[in-house]
Amino acid sequence: MATRTIIPFGPQHPVLPEPIHLDLVLEDERVVEAIPSIGFIHRGLEKLVEKKDFFEMTYVAERICGICSFIHGQSYCQAIEGVMKVDVPDRALYLRTIWGEMSRIHSHLLWLGLFADAFGFESLFMHSWRVREKLLDIIEETTGGRVIFGSCKIGGVRRDIDALGLKRVETELRTIEKQSFELTEVFKKDGSVKRRTVDVGMLSKEEAVSLGAVGPMLRASGVSSDSRKLGYAAYANLNWEPVVETAGDCYARCMVRCRELYQSFDLIYQAIAKIPEGPFDVKVTGNPTGEYFARVEQPRGEVIYYVKGNGSKNLERFRVRTPTFANVPPLVKTLAGCELADVPVIVLTIDPCISCTER
Amino acid sequence: MAQMSIAKVILRSVLSRPATRLYPVEKRAFYKNTRGSISIDIAKCIFCSICQKKCPTDAIVVKKDEKSWEINRLRCITCNACVDACPKKCLNMENMYSPGVVKKGADDKFTQEAKPKEENPQ
Repeated sequence: MATRTIIPFGPQHPVLPEPIHLDLVLEDERVVEAIPSIGFIHRGLEKLVEKKDFFEMTYVAERICGICSFIHGQSYCQAIEGVMKVDVPDRALYLRTIWGEMSRIHSHLLWLGLFADAFGFESLFMHSWRVREKLLDIIEETTGGRVIFGSCKIGGVRRDIDALGLKRVETELRTIEKQSFELTEVFKKDGSVKRRTVDVGMLSKEEAVSLGAVGPMLRASGVSSDSRKLGYAAYANLNWEPVVETAGDCYARCMVRCRELYQSFDLIYQAIAKIPEGPFDVKVTGNPTGEYFARVEQPRGEVIYYVKGNGSKNLERFRVRTPTFANVPPLVKTLAGCELADVPVIVLTIDPCISCTER
Repeated sequence: MAQMSIAKVILRSVLSRPATRLYPVEKRAFYKNTRGSISIDIAKCIFCSICQKKCPTDAIVVKKDEKSWEINRLRCITCNACVDACPKKCLNMENMYSPGVVKKGADDKFTQEAKPKEENPQ
């Protein structure tokens, strides 16, 4: 047996924007085992329900993650609306869908850039973020914030987009779609990308299911599972199918995200075409009593929100199971047996969002 | 050629204008909705403290007896909750960010000038 060495990976590492620590047990250049440890940026946001009332918690939920902030806010609102049995107007549901998909596009473009950076393709990283910047402008124009949208509230949304605005959004998105097509073609065809990603970090279908992978990690292993199929917001009225790849390697995960980009563009176009007129919020009175699980698909996978109200203005319990947390066991599995140089690429393919995970 | 699929993207960016802005010369225009900082028209304020109650980060302090309205810019998350709640519509969300805070705990304080007493018609 070769001598074993332990190499610490993180918490501060050039490919990681956020702190996760992995102890990599190596035999020569091959990883035998990876031991993860998290808990560097725990902020105690779940405990905050004791101090903030359930309306104010919407702002806290939005700040759980800086990338999928809107979807966090939406999931929280859906959970509270579930407890209080609030009937949200259709227009609000469609607007949530539009903003939720914009959030997905910006998250995937960000990920594509970071992924390119992880295998040293610096210019591709710059180009991905250049395209993303245009989308952030649309988000700022429609919601007022670049990453913290602040536009979801219990009972609907806080602001409307008028017909003219929706039209402009569609025109702008068509340009962005064209630009991102050029980029995804590079990810799809470029030889240097393929050499770093094909057959790296394999995760079979059975392993993905038994280890509880979620989101693109699960779909890249051939399992067709997407929480949006539950039909929350306006997804039940739109025509779409989950994106599935079967290879289960890093390349497949990248392809799932590339194809999801176009799916998101298409979902926004469909939602803009179908959006009904009418009010975009309802007044919510009273305090929540009871409990509810909300399952929502984030760019990184399925997030689960659990809320329990006891009739007072503060919730009794608030729990979030984020997608990255569910994807850590599959990550550890895929790391075992890989080359040391491939570790950053594999870690990036779960799209780690550590702030969400630790809350 | 598969290896050269990035070449098209790179060639275009070589030949086109820079994607970045020449910052101090060319400033970025904000949108109508951009949430920058809260401003107050203190003359209209009735010191009802609703904004203080609605603020999720407790950044606003309203003192009725002093007729003052204070905001801690470091705590404010520009969520717009106070602007939505204000009954007199004297709060406003400005597009521009507030200037940098150089001292901790230094709040922006606005005090209402005592109104000149109305002359007795008699």
